[in-house]
Amino acid sequence: MTVAVIKQHLIDPEICIRCNTCEETCPVDAVTHDGNNYVVDATICNHCMDCISPCPTGSIDNWRVVTKTYSLEEQFSWEELPKQEEVAADTSSSSEAVEALEDEINALLNEARKGLGGKPVAPHSASKPTVNLYNRAKPAIATVTGNFRLTDAEASSDIRHIILDFGQLPFPVLEGQSIGIVAPGMDANGKPHVARLYSVASPRGGEKPNSNNLALTVKREQGGVCSNYLCDLPRGAKIEVTGPFGATFLMPDDPAANIIMICTGTGSAPFRGFTERRRRAMPDAPGRLVLFFGARRPEELPYFGPLQRVPDKLLTKHLCYSRVPGEERVYVQDGIRRQAAQVGELLRNEATHVYLCGLKGMETGVEEAFAEACKAVGLDWPNLKQTMREAGRYHVETY
Amino acid sequence: MNIMNVDYTTKIPNNVNLTEDRQVLKALEGWHPGYLDWWNDMGPEGFQESLVYLRTAVSVDPKGWAKFDYVRMPEYRWGVLLAPQDEQRLVNFGQHKGEKAWQEVPGEYRAMLRRLVVVQGDTEPASVEQQRHLGKTAPSLYDMRNLFQVNVEEGRHLWAMVYLLQKYFGRDGREEADDLLRRRSGDEDAPRMLGAFNEATPDWLSFFMFTFFTDRDGKMQLESLAQSGFDPLSRTCRFMLTEEAHHMFVGETGVSRVLQRTCDAMKAAGIEDPNEIERVRALGVIDLPTMQKKMNLHYSLSLDLFGSEVSTNAANFYNSGLKGRFQETKIDDDHRLTNDTYKVLKLVDGEITLVDEPALTALNMRLRDDYTEDCAKGVERWNKVIEKAGVNFRLELPHTAFHRQIGEFANVQATPKGIILGDADWRKVRDDYLPSAADGDFIASLMTPESEPGKFANWIAPPKVGIDNKPGDFEYVKIAA
Repeated sequence: MTVAVIKQHLIDPEICIRCNTCEETCPVDAVTHDGNNYVVDATICNHCMDCISPCPTGSIDNWRVVTKTYSLEEQFSWEELPKQEEVAADTSSSSEAVEALEDEINALLNEARKGLGGKPVAPHSASKPTVNLYNRAKPAIATVTGNFRLTDAEASSDIRHIILDFGQLPFPVLEGQSIGIVAPGMDANGKPHVARLYSVASPRGGEKPNSNNLALTVKREQGGVCSNYLCDLPRGAKIEVTGPFGATFLMPDDPAANIIMICTGTGSAPFRGFTERRRRAMPDAPGRLVLFFGARRPEELPYFGPLQRVPDKLLTKHLCYSRVPGEERVYVQDGIRRQAAQVGELLRNEATHVYLCGLKGMETGVEEAFAEACKAVGLDWPNLKQTMREAGRYHVETY
Repeated sequence: MNIMNVDYTTKIPNNVNLTEDRQVLKALEGWHPGYLDWWNDMGPEGFQESLVYLRTAVSVDPKGWAKFDYVRMPEYRWGVLLAPQDEQRLVNFGQHKGEKAWQEVPGEYRAMLRRLVVVQGDTEPASVEQQRHLGKTAPSLYDMRNLFQVNVEEGRHLWAMVYLLQKYFGRDGREEADDLLRRRSGDEDAPRMLGAFNEATPDWLSFFMFTFFTDRDGKMQLESLAQSGFDPLSRTCRFMLTEEAHHMFVGETGVSRVLQRTCDAMKAAGIEDPNEIERVRALGVIDLPTMQKKMNLHYSLSLDLFGSEVSTNAANFYNSGLKGRFQETKIDDDHRLTNDTYKVLKLVDGEITLVDEPALTALNMRLRDDYTEDCAKGVERWNKVIEKAGVNFRLELPHTAFHRQIGEFANVQATPKGIILGDADWRKVRDDYLPSAADGDFIASLMTPESEPGKFANWIAPPKVGIDNKPGDFEYVKIAA
């Protein structure tokens, strides 16, 4: 038996300095205060996120998944935020997408989705995700069954394909979801390391159908505690995993859906999952998959080899290289510009979904290219972006 | 940088249509090199080349005014941003109440308005000058970043005031704008206009106290100027208030983290009595009585910024519709105050007494009362930190008469409880209530820099959350970039 849950916006009274910025900013007057606390009225708040970035303290960015909302009176009386209750509930019935039940993970996801410019919405046809089955206190234990270097031995970047097997443990993921990894040990201040999120690079069902495993695409970051931990894991190593996380950056299950995928580097991970899912579940789908994939050079493009073997009928590939000696630098936005006519045509189509994944900052160039493509077909990109986002057809995850 | 070819349309984010306002653009172009010289001479010392993770406002809507990225401070985009115009806005108080808000300076108020803008403008660069040495002793990269954020935003506030001067006050305005760059905090020949802005900010505790107490005066002043019938001033100040909130945050959480660390260290060492100053100091943390003394100092200096309790200038500003009360439009009265009175604390025959004064002339006192109330709420949150840690100690705001240089109590000495003392008695107890040279030396001895990401100096606790939701080990400043 499960009950409907609500994602409630709350302000942390321990961190808030009562500066009134949120109340001033809120376009629907959902924020109010008494002599004690600033609080959000759950009956008014529409999760537009306008208050989030102006807050000087970060106290504004708190969420609880609840079965009954906290009243204003309760919130006024708080000296600290209540803990997230264990909600044994069907998160899929919530009116708001519940991406995770942990503050730390929600913060990471919110950060990754800033480029959306508003509330993330899942595609209408997406399957219902499971979230936060495992957490820091109760992680899943997985076994490393593969760890391969994807980039050329000569390439400066070390990007790896890592396979984690869950044995008998249920760990249901959808394409586009992430998992959390906390490197073992303590940081310089004697505290546990912070969690890192990695997008799942395999489709639901695993690397091969019905193999209870999943794949990650991990780049070794210089000095990065978690990425080095992962990249150095030998086969057979046991690893603690939390998640799955994410309830909006999901693949439409509609075979008619066109999917434009734009990525750089390890941002390709979810799109490997998307492509494999299409191939497995609906190989003759009428909807088109279009990929714009940026890397410095072919040698540094993860999955370069396997990608060559993906038939064009399934996936239209536009590989964009920015550092091939003697060649013009091509970034993903340049790739989009070169295909402006096709992109503009796709953007006019209400069956088209757009996904961006990769390095933070890529949104700017991509959006400029979209704006140009839109203009040519008589569309206004800022409006279209909002329409698409609200319909669950525009998605951003950048780190 | 080639100053001759600065692209002002991209250099100065603005929502005042600068590209089509040739005259003002030209004036700002003329002023800009001097500003950069000032920033390089008097801005943060030793970190001008570092990459700092800063928030830049590029527009005034909620999504545009908090863009975070690494920036070299001299390349920060100081914008001219005014809160959106409300076509229906009226003058909301004083003798012009009910008239349409002014888009141009009314001739008869030109001098008064210019004075208001100049005094406000003068405080902005002053605090940057006062804080310029602090980068070298930052207790963490997080704190260093917050300092620099405060600094660049004070710089932007100067731009905001200079824009008003150049746009609305002609040649006088341009001269005043140049003078804002000429005066220097603490300079004997050309000091800043207000006392607290000529005091030194010798250490980080002073910085936190300054941002809590002195920047809060700024908040009150900006809020009452945001009520102004002169609409461009109102719109400028409304947007500045959103940035000022960050400065309050730095001060409140800074002090709060110092208290947290001290209490934690006392508990860990089994020290129950907060007055065992030497034992607490031996732990390398700042004892609570010294925190109280620093608070006494900064609160009393900041009270002086409100001017005389009874002031005909304040009455004139109000009556003319130039400067309102704190949250004027939320107050339920006639907004003219011609027949009202307000209780003012005065010295009558050597006694501190509340006296009824005409409400119009008592406006400074009223704003100061609102300020005190605002401060007291923050102090209560500090006390919660102490209480939660299980330490038996309470911080208290000192009496209004304590340690004053301006107004009713400038010529007497009073204790923090408000008991008036003779000079000889005062000299005996002065160091019990205000930081002594030895206290200053002790605090200075703790000011060793910590520049490893995620690490904090021993005397201060880490913050509860990072800026822009960044993780604890985020490199907020790339010093040698």
